[in-house]
Amino acid sequence: MKYVCRPKGHAHDCDCGKDSMSVVGDRAVIDLSLSATQPMHYTTLNCAMRKAMRQGCLSIELKGVMGQRYLASTASVPGLHVAVHGTPGNDLGAFLNGPTIEVFGNAQDMTGNTMNSGRIIVHGNAWDVTGLAARGGQILVKGDTGYRVGIHMKEFGESRPTTVIGGTAKDYLGEYVAGGTILVLGLGGGPPVGRSLGAGMHGGRIFVRGEVSPEQLGPGAALLPLNEDDEREVRRLLGDFIKAFGTEVHQDMNGYVKIAPSSSRPFSGYYDKTNV
Amino acid sequence: MIDAPSSRRLDHRLPERFMPTINYDLCRVCRRCVNECSYQALEFKESRVVPSGGCVACGRCIAVCPANCIEVRPVPPQFAPHGNWSERSRRSILAQASSGGVLLSSCGADDTHPPIFDDLLLDAAQVTNPSIDPLREPVETITYLGRRPGRLEVCDGKVIVQEDDTPLIRMDMPLMFGHISLGSISYNAQKALFMAANELRIVAGSGEGGLHPDFYQYADRICSEVASGRFGIKPEYLKGVAAVEIKIGQGAKPGHGGHLPGEKVTTMISETRMIPRGTDALSPYPHHDIYSIEDLAQLVSVLKESTEYRLPVGVKIAAVHNVGAIASGLVRAGADFLTVDGFKGGTGAAPRVIRDHAGLPVEVAIAAVDRRLTQEGLRNRVTVCAGGGVRSSADMIKALALGADVVMVSTSAMIAMGCRVCQQCHRGLCSWGIATQRDDLTSRLDPQVAAARIVRLYRAWNEELKEVMGAMGIDSVESLVGNRDRLRYRGPNPKIAEVMNVKHIGEGWG
Repeated sequence: MKYVCRPKGHAHDCDCGKDSMSVVGDRAVIDLSLSATQPMHYTTLNCAMRKAMRQGCLSIELKGVMGQRYLASTASVPGLHVAVHGTPGNDLGAFLNGPTIEVFGNAQDMTGNTMNSGRIIVHGNAWDVTGLAARGGQILVKGDTGYRVGIHMKEFGESRPTTVIGGTAKDYLGEYVAGGTILVLGLGGGPPVGRSLGAGMHGGRIFVRGEVSPEQLGPGAALLPLNEDDEREVRRLLGDFIKAFGTEVHQDMNGYVKIAPSSSRPFSGYYDKTNV
Repeated sequence: MIDAPSSRRLDHRLPERFMPTINYDLCRVCRRCVNECSYQALEFKESRVVPSGGCVACGRCIAVCPANCIEVRPVPPQFAPHGNWSERSRRSILAQASSGGVLLSSCGADDTHPPIFDDLLLDAAQVTNPSIDPLREPVETITYLGRRPGRLEVCDGKVIVQEDDTPLIRMDMPLMFGHISLGSISYNAQKALFMAANELRIVAGSGEGGLHPDFYQYADRICSEVASGRFGIKPEYLKGVAAVEIKIGQGAKPGHGGHLPGEKVTTMISETRMIPRGTDALSPYPHHDIYSIEDLAQLVSVLKESTEYRLPVGVKIAAVHNVGAIASGLVRAGADFLTVDGFKGGTGAAPRVIRDHAGLPVEVAIAAVDRRLTQEGLRNRVTVCAGGGVRSSADMIKALALGADVVMVSTSAMIAMGCRVCQQCHRGLCSWGIATQRDDLTSRLDPQVAAARIVRLYRAWNEELKEVMGAMGIDSVESLVGNRDRLRYRGPNPKIAEVMNVKHIGEGWG
């Protein structure tokens, strides 16, 4: 049977990361190729990462990641930077609460699932349900994304999630969105967004660079021109994108459309409360 | 549009369902009833209190009347009798023809499907196995929530428990409070539930609305819920509690999402759920990261990683027709405990068509899950919680004997606090201060008093459980769980007995 680390709290003593992790100062490097067990199990890798965080590391570099899931889930160390070389598995940075994760490769599904705050920067593609139910923080994807990205994002007070997609997004982008901002740049060519865009959205906003026809909108979403605040936000997000990836993006605001909810109460009037 | 204004249009006003009747010989005209009626069904007119329509029989006026002079009577049928077209079916049609809306309801299904619990009779010990007096001899009701150790090893006369993934949560009785969110009920009502769970040393569900900062003091008695809306989830909501449960479905509305209307999203609710004030709080129908058992396994795993394997992670599903196979999938997906919520389970708001017509009675669901997991060799590893329409200690005992380790209760706790099951939770006007966010109404509920009432109720149920176990000659609740030999079916349909694997009355053990 494959060795699976089942830590039970912080008092736990195990060998995870013994052969693959080196810590110098506040920088940890975990080279998965050095692990005696191949491929390294996700529990081992996550356990080693938690050890590095407990030791006060502010930088964790992962080398040779091969589909290990749930990396840095619920990580809460302020200022922590996690660099992922290779291909992380699903649920990267789930429930993330502060740190920055930078992926030098593609991310899989459910990246940034229910994240609270922090940043996830993907120098490649990120697939389905990226940023599910995010309540804050930022996700930057250089390439394309899959279906149902940004679903059910919400905002509260100062906490406002933003997602920037350099390439394209597929159907149901921003479904149920209750807050936050999604920006799609469509840089690689092709239609920037698919069908059922913003289906059931009742808050937040989606900006798309390129053409969006009314037929692509889901129920509850409306196509609008950008106002001054919107333009300022798009420019700010473009700045974040350019800073993260060094890519040049056309800054002409005429090329953008805004998709926003037609109502914050999409279902008022839908129900009959008569006492029958 | 066909619906044009017309002078011949008639207001199809529905007849009243309940009529408060005041005995004016006794009435002191103190007007407390008028002030307390949140449905404004009473008014003060020409020096006396008169009904003004819209009474829902919440019973608040009766309870507060110092002269004991109010009676609420159901209004007799107002339509011509018909065996097929019931009063309700005609009222529903008239209402929908006026509104065009989806009929909304709350509490559990109130139709006439007779509970199968009522068709089950308990066994008792006679001669061949002695009964036990629980007042004088030990009868154990301690129950553990979580994944059970797979095997025990005996080495040099010592028993070694094989360590497993997660610790078990010890509860003093085989009961837990179901998940009722802050939002569907008031701050004071949820506080009362948590205080009572703390006192009873059982677990209470947080519901999906996050956890108010004041309630973290009860965190080691709280099972937090991760539902499709993902409201209020932050590290301490996952790490700082007793257990985490993924909610897939709810018995009152299987397959349906949640919808907290914007008017209930007050400042407090918006802070706890981490959503903007006044917008509808929608929970998507499915979790959009779970389209299969394999996907569910990922959410279970990420929650276990996030909690560093220190907490049991469970999954709650609504009882549906294929519940046995689904339960097997949940265990294989890594759930440490699973909760099956039956057809008659409660809700703060659900479309009536789903509440009254979709799902499986919990009695059958428990038996189906217990049998399937036993057949697959998984039953001994997980805790099975079940609820939905458990009205009494007798129902609880029968649910245990059918195969549940823990029985989930919610509506009975609401009733203990004051609820009269008038089924108006979805209107947010609860006169008892339970299912409302209106400050003047929530202040009517004193959490201390309500908690004490809940504690007394379930202590009494636990005593009744011990009485029955004693009478059966069983000294530990674990020996009652799944002990279907101590049940007999006496209902109308022996097929139900067959699917529940319960013998018919008159059949012995031989």
